[in-house]
Amino acid sequence: MSLLKVEQVSRRFGSLVAVDQVSMTVEPGEFRAVIGPNGAGKTTFFNLISGFLLPTSGRILFDDQDVTAVKPANRVKLGMARTFQVTEIFPELSVRENLRIPVEVAAGHRLKPWQSRADARAMDERVDELLQRSGLTGKAGRLAGELSHGDQRATEIMMAIALNPRLLLLDEPTAGMGDQETYDVTQLIRKLHREQKLTVVLIEHDMRVVFHLADRVMVLAEGQLLAEGTPDEIAADDAVQEAYLGAEAETA
Amino acid sequence: MNSTLNRQIANALIWALLLTMPYWIGFVGGYTSLASRVVVLALAAMSLNFLLGFTGVLSFGHAAYFGIGAYGVGMTIKYLAPSTPLGILVGMGVAAAAAAIIGTLIVRLRSVYFAMVTIAFGQVFYFIAYRWNAVTGGDDGLSGWRTLPLDFGIGKLDIAGQPLTFYYFVLALFAVAVGIMALLLRSPFGRTLLAIRENERRARFLGIPVEQHIWMSWLISCVFVSLAGTLYALLNNFADPHDLRWDQSGDFVIMAVLGGMRSFWGPLIGAAIFVVLQDYISSQTENWMSFIGLFFVLIVLFFPRGVVGLLRRKAAS
Ligand SMILES: Nc1ncnc2c1ncn2[C@@H]1O[C@H](COP(=O)(O)OP(=O)(O)O)[C@@H](O)[C@H]1O
Ligand SMILES: [Mg+2]
Repeated sequence: MSLLKVEQVSRRFGSLVAVDQVSMTVEPGEFRAVIGPNGAGKTTFFNLISGFLLPTSGRILFDDQDVTAVKPANRVKLGMARTFQVTEIFPELSVRENLRIPVEVAAGHRLKPWQSRADARAMDERVDELLQRSGLTGKAGRLAGELSHGDQRATEIMMAIALNPRLLLLDEPTAGMGDQETYDVTQLIRKLHREQKLTVVLIEHDMRVVFHLADRVMVLAEGQLLAEGTPDEIAADDAVQEAYLGAEAETA
Repeated sequence: MNSTLNRQIANALIWALLLTMPYWIGFVGGYTSLASRVVVLALAAMSLNFLLGFTGVLSFGHAAYFGIGAYGVGMTIKYLAPSTPLGILVGMGVAAAAAAIIGTLIVRLRSVYFAMVTIAFGQVFYFIAYRWNAVTGGDDGLSGWRTLPLDFGIGKLDIAGQPLTFYYFVLALFAVAVGIMALLLRSPFGRTLLAIRENERRARFLGIPVEQHIWMSWLISCVFVSLAGTLYALLNNFADPHDLRWDQSGDFVIMAVLGGMRSFWGPLIGAAIFVVLQDYISSQTENWMSFIGLFFVLIVLFFPRGVVGLLRRKAAS
């Protein structure tokens, strides 16, 4: 049974069709990449899956349940978590607090006006584990907004992991990073995927980054599904090469 | 430096100053009722700040709930039953009901729109108090009632007779209200409010139903501001339509921002400065509000974190 099934979704902004009848099926444990040039509609496609936007037409099934119109907070409850193209964290809270909030939400404590000592300890332990897995332990007391770009991104990814998601949606997690940071974040994502058999859908505009990560790659161009296949198939696809080279030539 | 220890010292210092205020306020030119006024308005500003500083939502209509508390206690004692505690409960209950209903109508609005609509709803209550002469006393305010002693069955405590007794009555309720708010802010629920303040989108995509949590924060904030309103009326033996007007809401915002809205005690400092300046300067000049305004602008321009932010920076350097 597939975990995520997107059926012919479209989204218009006025006369612009940002996502045009795109379908996608993701199996449990799969690592899927969505690539395409800037403006291809990748982020919009993610916004439809995570409930940030409603599709103009089409359906989205998560675990065989129709979630097309389900609110974002409820999709999180069902097991979807996401990060954003521009890192979204709580800048004036410590890294520890940034992680503690999703840990408590995942434990169903978001409305609790007090916390027992045992609960507090359990939450602390879970936060410690997340910090340790991401190598952020030494920075736990720092304000998240003061961290380097790469560490902020790691924090954001761990906030999503704190929710115990079954599906993790990552929107260009290495955007704007140098080589070392890109490598570190990529390693973190690979590790998380392997450790807990997490299903991951990752957006990337740079093909090379996803090549070693993804089981399958899907290519969007101008809102439409251009190709889908293994990384090798995609690399050999003429239409994909053309879309990329064409786009690069335009921006260059 | 250990920040938890610092916080504990600051807390102890503030409580010590509050507990002894009637005994030293005379040396700085004040008097016991002025101390009560500081504590009451500090409660109002801290309640507002629960929403403003710790949820990131600006209300410009809190005077409405402050005023509902004031009229609630006055009208209960005048028309319903001669009981101060009952009056307080009625004032808070009516304010809670009003805030709950209006809250559902406005939780989807943000920033300036939220502030504008809270003003608009606040003005509705102001006009009711202002126009409904027969019941509210209209422009003249609600008089013809007074604060009644607390009856504990075994004995009575005359909170109205002695300014000193009234001060400690106010301080006790202040302590309860402020204690509840402090506990809430340290709870998992309180952390979701900080999350919303910090980044609403992130909060929503961590599974927090943002509107529901803002509604709850708004309700808590309004209920405690209405408690302050009841105490304000009991202090003056009078409810004034001005208590509900938008400029009173503005005063609460000024107090919170002046003292520092990212700090729990900031609005207390802001309220103290505000009340004392008001008391001193208004005896010198009619235009005391322009002095407050000037002071406010200077603080916002040069110390956006308010007086407490300034003190913290000094302490850190
Ligand atoms: N909220 C929006 N309103 C109007 N147009 C939008 C909106 N979001 C995205 N677009 C447009 O949709 C197209 C696809 O954008 P996006 O999904 O961000 O692409 P990508 O993530 O692949 O770079 C772009 O032309 C963009 O300008
Ligand atoms: Mg994008």
